[in-house]
Amino acid sequence: MTDQAISAPRRESSLLRLVKGAALIRESWVGMVGLAIIVFWVLVALLADVLAPFPPNATGAAMTLPGGPAADGSSVHWLGTDHLGRDILSRIIHGSRQVLLYAPLATLCAYIVGIPMGLAAGYRRGLTDDVLSFIANVILSFPVLVLYIIIIATIGASGFNIVIAVTFASAPGIMRIVRGLVLDLRNREYVFAAETRGESAWRIMMIEILPNARGPLIVDSCLRLGYVIITIGTLGFLGLGLPPPDPDWGGMITETRSFITFMPHMVVFPCLAISSLVLGFNLLADGLREVSLRD
Amino acid sequence: MVLTMLVVSLLLFLLLEINVEGVAIKVLGAYSSDQQREIWLETNGYFDPLPVRYARWLGNAVVGDFGDSVRFKVPVSEILPGRIWNTAILGFWALLIASIIGLFLGVIAGMREGSGLDRTVSVGSIVTTSVPEIASAPLLAALFVFYLPQTIGWGLPGTSSMAGGFDWVQLILPITVLVLYDFGYIARMTRASMAEVMMTHYIRTAVLKGLPYGTVIRKHALRNALIAPFTVIMLQINWLLSGVIVVEVFFAYKGFGSLLLEASLNQDIFLIEACAMVAVFVAVGTQTLADIGYTYLNPRIRFS
Amino acid sequence: MENGSSSYDGPVLECRNLCISYFTRAGEIPAVIDFNMTLNQGESIGLVGESGCGKSTVAMAIMQYLGKNGAIVGGEVFYKGRDLTTFSPEELRQLRGNEIAMVYQEPMASLNPSMTLGRQLMEVPLCHEDISEQEAYDRAVKILADVKLPDPERIMKVYPHQISGGQQQRVVIAMALLSNPSLLLLDEPTTALDVTVEAGIVELIGEIAGKFNTSMVYISHNLGLILATCDRLNVMYSGVVVEHGSVDEVFDHMRHPYTKGLFGCIPLPGADKTAHPLVPIRGQLPLPHQRPPGCYFGPRCDFFEAGTCDQEGLGMTEVPNEPGHTVRCRRWQGIDWDSYQPEGVGAGEMEAGEVVLSIDNMKKYYEITDNSIAAMVKGNRVRHVKANESISFEARSCETVAIVGESGCGKSTFAKVLMGLETATEGKVMFNGKDISQEEVQSRTPEQIGSMQMVFQNPFDTLNPSHTVGSQLARVIRKFGVEADKDKIDARVMELLDLVKLPRDFAKRRPRQLSGGQKQRVGIARAFAGNPSTVVADEPVSALDVSVQAAVTGLLMDIQKTYRTTLIFISHDLSLVRYLADRVVVMYLGNIVEQGTTDEVFSPPYHPYTEALLSAVPIADTSIEKKRIILEGNLPSVTNPPSGCPFNTRCPRKIGAICETEVPPVYEPSPGHQIACHLAVEDFESMQPVIVQVDEPANPAAE
Repeated sequence: MTDQAISAPRRESSLLRLVKGAALIRESWVGMVGLAIIVFWVLVALLADVLAPFPPNATGAAMTLPGGPAADGSSVHWLGTDHLGRDILSRIIHGSRQVLLYAPLATLCAYIVGIPMGLAAGYRRGLTDDVLSFIANVILSFPVLVLYIIIIATIGASGFNIVIAVTFASAPGIMRIVRGLVLDLRNREYVFAAETRGESAWRIMMIEILPNARGPLIVDSCLRLGYVIITIGTLGFLGLGLPPPDPDWGGMITETRSFITFMPHMVVFPCLAISSLVLGFNLLADGLREVSLRD
Repeated sequence: MVLTMLVVSLLLFLLLEINVEGVAIKVLGAYSSDQQREIWLETNGYFDPLPVRYARWLGNAVVGDFGDSVRFKVPVSEILPGRIWNTAILGFWALLIASIIGLFLGVIAGMREGSGLDRTVSVGSIVTTSVPEIASAPLLAALFVFYLPQTIGWGLPGTSSMAGGFDWVQLILPITVLVLYDFGYIARMTRASMAEVMMTHYIRTAVLKGLPYGTVIRKHALRNALIAPFTVIMLQINWLLSGVIVVEVFFAYKGFGSLLLEASLNQDIFLIEACAMVAVFVAVGTQTLADIGYTYLNPRIRFS
Repeated sequence: MENGSSSYDGPVLECRNLCISYFTRAGEIPAVIDFNMTLNQGESIGLVGESGCGKSTVAMAIMQYLGKNGAIVGGEVFYKGRDLTTFSPEELRQLRGNEIAMVYQEPMASLNPSMTLGRQLMEVPLCHEDISEQEAYDRAVKILADVKLPDPERIMKVYPHQISGGQQQRVVIAMALLSNPSLLLLDEPTTALDVTVEAGIVELIGEIAGKFNTSMVYISHNLGLILATCDRLNVMYSGVVVEHGSVDEVFDHMRHPYTKGLFGCIPLPGADKTAHPLVPIRGQLPLPHQRPPGCYFGPRCDFFEAGTCDQEGLGMTEVPNEPGHTVRCRRWQGIDWDSYQPEGVGAGEMEAGEVVLSIDNMKKYYEITDNSIAAMVKGNRVRHVKANESISFEARSCETVAIVGESGCGKSTFAKVLMGLETATEGKVMFNGKDISQEEVQSRTPEQIGSMQMVFQNPFDTLNPSHTVGSQLARVIRKFGVEADKDKIDARVMELLDLVKLPRDFAKRRPRQLSGGQKQRVGIARAFAGNPSTVVADEPVSALDVSVQAAVTGLLMDIQKTYRTTLIFISHDLSLVRYLADRVVVMYLGNIVEQGTTDEVFSPPYHPYTEALLSAVPIADTSIEKKRIILEGNLPSVTNPPSGCPFNTRCPRKIGAICETEVPPVYEPSPGHQIACHLAVEDFESMQPVIVQVDEPANPAAE
């Protein structure tokens, strides 16, 4: 055989594989709808300064119904204004930035904490597992919102603290999922093969086990993102979210809810905004699950 | 279970009471003098060593004595039971209805996996679980206001306060909001469990024994398919509590959730402790019940 | 449905030109094509073939239970003269379980885990006949006794997981027989069971056929089982029947090249790795949507003739003077089998070298802590599992030592101690002059690890699905310090792929793009990456199809010869062990009960367990006669092993109380041949061979 015939084993770049994997979602219309909604909101958040017709915190206009003209007559309050005369469309557009910044950030942090815990508990088992599982049990025995309320009430409300609270409250759940997956995967013969050639526990966990758990984890992360969005909204609703006056969807609902009997548009549009974004993530998760179960 | 409760109580105690100065400020207010605080701490034994304080606190907590609420100026034990009862009514009906709807839809969807009905139930439950209580409460309230006759009080924002005594009608809207968000999850879990059971070999065995389809479903599929949703429903109580807080705040329902929020917004330290302990007790209790129920329902564990 | 079964005397089942397809997203996939079969009253027909040949699909079509995406697309299935496709759902329901019953591959999965066995049995007569609960109960108890289950009253009360796999399968068979069906379908009924348990089930099935006059369709991949249970058989390949005839005709005078190939792949007693090597069938099964035109076996056939074999419209032709013997081949009459000398995959005789591995009195005990409340109450929280008890044997370079035993015999634990995943409780494991019994893998040097590697059992599990074949091999090379330079590593990966006869571009593939046999080859390449002096192969071919099995076995032996490797071959397959091993170690419940050279172990005197094991192995050769020894009882639990001789609870040659109280002494009929048994020397000397060749084998493949 000539030298040219010896082609080096080349790996596809992991980025390319990710793109290929993501392309599978095209086979599920549910997933495609979800993806479209998410892409829409991401674009809105990125282009907020261009898209928003008014500054989000500008007050002074009269309470206006959807479609009503602005004070200077040059433009239109497409979704009306709130009780302080702020343009609701602009506030929703700018509010998407808050949600799409803190929710993925908080989820990511929760995964960064939860995955190693789950790997260690599932792979090491024994005492490590007992201790980590007990900690997780303790944290998970708090009703979620109660936990958030206590944490936020203790450390105060800010974007950073929300990230901390979400990490603290979600990591145990992620740990449990990862642990369950690892308990299954660790009995595979390729893990046994890695052990018999003396690979370090770290390498077995990160290289041999974790990549094979990615399917269920990606689905879970979508669902979890949706839930974190709800949480951030709910904290805003309860007055424990981001400090005013910056727009925050949950806060917008709570500020205007007393107007619901005569000016429902003030409440309805933020509600629709948050629901649609959550729906996007949930649909995407369902689509991904459907596609991953196919082969 | 007992151990979990102990650790939780210790955590709570440390989180809220490690800083004695802070406790005094919260109890006496920001404008109290140092001397006043000193005296208060002294008389309430706050200069004792931490383990002693914790033991005393725990001993009191076990018999239901959490101290006086700063905000309501009465013992915590006087406010709490009534509020818990109100929330129990709300939660019980919401969970019952959500479970019935969720189980029913889940079973019929899982029976025929991939059918049009199955797709409808799946997508429908995704949509309802995507609308959080903070959104569904105002949206439903708006719908009720504009499209339903106003002859009865439907429980609009601020009108489930039962000011004129207990009124079932005022519960309709809060329960609807909770059910709408919760049934979807139960339905999806039930559907997944049912679909999995329908694929098993023992269902094939049952069909090929020549049993009528109804018998196969009732005697072979349901028993096995409902083990997982049972656990889900028990654990759902924990999640329901989050929704209850939102609903109670939105509809001004005087329950446990709104009490907890009020306590934390006002730094009412003893009330927070009491509420948190109650919440955790409920959560750990249901978890234990779920474990016992799971063991009972699953002969593989019962006779191992 | 009309109850005319008593007056009907035609065939019980008749399939005419049956075609079955599955409809997937990729389109229609034909699973069974042009299937014909006639089954008469009281007759047993076998369907034999490798995975994916459509044999189970036929059974499901007879049951009219093809799932949502399966359908009969052509032909008819007649049950007692009536086309099953014309039955209404209600008629079908009354037919199933009553007239046609089925026994499945996985007994545990086939039984409802949350219902007592009694309930599951009783509902069959209750739903088909108008009888009382009490009658149904009595009938169930009686049928449980018929399938020879001890204590039927107790079985009625328990749940499936509380009885053993063999007992579960007897319950499933009892369930099938409850309504005295005319037709019994058995789909690989013993595949999930140990070989000694299998022997009991096969005997039971044979008795049923006689006692109940039931017609049977027996589906299996094992030709030996078909010989033991059937009158006639259909050999299937990729959805079509390639040969049909009576068992004697097909076993002794097979006509189709595939049937011939199949027999060449199984290690019959006459096969020998030096004189009569196995002959694998080259290539692999075509995927259903990639079947070649004409004869589906064409691309793998040595007699393929372009222009003849690749023409469409291939039907069955009858063999003259052998009524009922049909072949789907255009060239069968033109093949001269006598001058056909295919190349086998045997290995030449090799001189064993110096001792590489020496195990001396090795013990491995586990402690199990039971945290359940029940155990705490009873106070027996810590239990000891004696996974390995006093293991002693040697292995030399270039030698193949087989460790034989059924599930729970401790062979996997033994492998773990060798590989350093567990440390021995006691005793020595000398490897290349060093005691490694207490060295965990982490404390061994890369050379030490590299010189003892393992080939695993499950091809679908042996490679990490997330990494390419090349990168997985490269990792091993780097880890063992064979090469460090990137180009040299790549070159070594190519060498390894050449070694296991895989194309070089497989390096870039992911495991899911490979077939089972190919993955197993990569697994072998991985084991040999560090130039090992010893390779432990744990059931390396048991999950593969027969035709692939022979090729992988051959490859393993080939590489062993090239590198003069010591091969520790762990297996439950005695036929294969007899074929390739130099020495055999027989294990039972963590103990070595017998060891010696292959010839010594396979001929008398035997340990009673070895004797039973040999008798249990199904052999696909009509000229072989076996002594029937069926073991009673269940395999004892390793957590609670019997005292004295571990085999005393099931031993057919048990001599008395001494077997239960004293650990048996070692009897050594010839140097190196050790049998741990209390039997007297006279008893050993009077033992007769279990397997006897009645006359010269008429099977040319084994000549």
